Amino acid sequence: MKKTFKGRPVVPGRVTAEALVTHAGFNTLASFQKSLMFGDKNATCSDQNNPDLNGKQMAGKALCLPQTIGSTTGGMVLYTAASMHRQPACLLFSKPIDSLAAAGAILADVWTDQSMPTVDNLGEEFLDYVNSGMKITVEEDGTVTVESQG
Amino acid sequence: MASMQLTTEEQEMLDGRQGEAMAKVMKTLVMYGETFGASKMVPVTGKYGHLVTSFGLSVLDPVYGLMDELIKGGALSKQQFSIDPRPLDKNVPANLIQKLFFKIMYSKQEMYEGQLTQLGLLDNDPFTCACYFDEVGNTPKEGEILSWAESSAVVYANSVLGARCNRNSGIIELFGSIAGRVPYFGLLTDEGRQADWIVEIRTSKKPEAQVLGSAIGMKVMEDVPYIKGLDHWLGAELNQDARDYLKDMGAATASNGAVGLYHIENLTPEAVRLGSSLIKADAKTYVIDDAELERVQREYPCIWKDPSAAPKLCFIGCPHLSYEQLVHWSKALPESLRQAGRSKVAVPTVMTTSPAVLKKFTATPEAARLREAGVVLSYICPLMYMNNPMCGKMPVITSSNKLRTYTSARYFRDEQILSYLSKGGSL
Repeated sequence: MKKTFKGRPVVPGRVTAEALVTHAGFNTLASFQKSLMFGDKNATCSDQNNPDLNGKQMAGKALCLPQTIGSTTGGMVLYTAASMHRQPACLLFSKPIDSLAAAGAILADVWTDQSMPTVDNLGEEFLDYVNSGMKITVEEDGTVTVESQG
Repeated sequence: MASMQLTTEEQEMLDGRQGEAMAKVMKTLVMYGETFGASKMVPVTGKYGHLVTSFGLSVLDPVYGLMDELIKGGALSKQQFSIDPRPLDKNVPANLIQKLFFKIMYSKQEMYEGQLTQLGLLDNDPFTCACYFDEVGNTPKEGEILSWAESSAVVYANSVLGARCNRNSGIIELFGSIAGRVPYFGLLTDEGRQADWIVEIRTSKKPEAQVLGSAIGMKVMEDVPYIKGLDHWLGAELNQDARDYLKDMGAATASNGAVGLYHIENLTPEAVRLGSSLIKADAKTYVIDDAELERVQREYPCIWKDPSAAPKLCFIGCPHLSYEQLVHWSKALPESLRQAGRSKVAVPTVMTTSPAVLKKFTATPEAARLREAGVVLSYICPLMYMNNPMCGKMPVITSSNKLRTYTSARYFRDEQILSYLSKGGSL
């Protein structure tokens, strides 16, 4: 079964990846801290306050989230993750993107050779529908298709 | 996305007339502004910048590479800047393994500070999250446009000083200082400074700043609150006590949520000048009473392995303590110890402040009293200390809600902290 959502491309791009979903705000520093520090190429999430993500691999996943929260180092952390090829495959926001996440997505786009398409304003229905493990396809124009198994 | 109108000079910067590095800086700022509907850039009018990334973490090689690219490309800051606290201080207690980790973790500190100096770092040891203290001297005036990061400093500059700054990320804030302009959106605009929430304080006593800020932050997230009833407890003058209270409350709103600006009725500059006209017609209301503050604190998770463990360290001063707060602790702590029949703290305790305040405070009788009580005075960033995995495992207590939010440290109100420091034992 497929369902399509339309958002705004903040950093346009095309990608297909497996969904990783958080319903709570994504604390960028807390999530990436340990994996960056200890060379974990899978970018295993280390945010103990986020039961949706803690212990799960973030690198290469379609990260579905409402917005990011926490330290203003957030954008720098996303940029660093992208530079080290440990970034999510894409960032998909149900809400309008926040300034820290936008900084990270744009820094990664302008200052690295890595791709991390970023779409915001996908709506609450998007986060209600999508579950971790579903197949996600992102188009240049901000169209996001969610495909459930079976 | 809407296109920004750039001046001739800005367009030339974007086109590479001032070098490739500056072109990439401008491209980043333009994309950033267009994401938020900015129609133009505006000049940075604050005298100094403030950066959040003060730590030479060994894993941040991409950041150092970017800094090198800026320096080699001649894209240096047009204004000098202060920066968050240093991560290391040998006076702060740490065992051998923790020290080894610190050495590895922050192995790029010296090299990074060299880069910062080339980019525009102030030369007065400006390593503090509270750069707006008089002793530090980075105190913007009302209406000035800033390019800062550090959430606690941004919310203070916007709310208490009436300056204008968005909640910028690390690196972006430096780019604004390099370009000398920032995209005009959000908290830089009159509309963006209107309140989305009315917060009504109906407590029976002065609310603890750190818990009140936490409650507000978790409720309003990135919105702007207009807080009524707090002037009853703080008065109608932005004196030192009120500024210290708002420093700590604001840091909690910014870390527990994402608040970049709050207004306090009859107290903060814009609320005094514009009053309830700052409140949006469709503003929501949040009532805070004693029970609500108790609920908020009760629900903080404890992520210690053994929740009843005896604390091994206590941090006070995140954000950094003001001179007056240090003086307060120099009276309250020895008195509490005396009443408990002790001469030294039962839990090793570190109080943190800016290097400039520390320099002024260190020779005073009050500093001697704290040292006699066993307190370590430091300029360190407690967060960066706790980021050491070997330190993060320790049972650490704090009166900082920001430290609680980002680390395993447990939050306690000031009077609870005083009690633990005076009596010791398990929690």
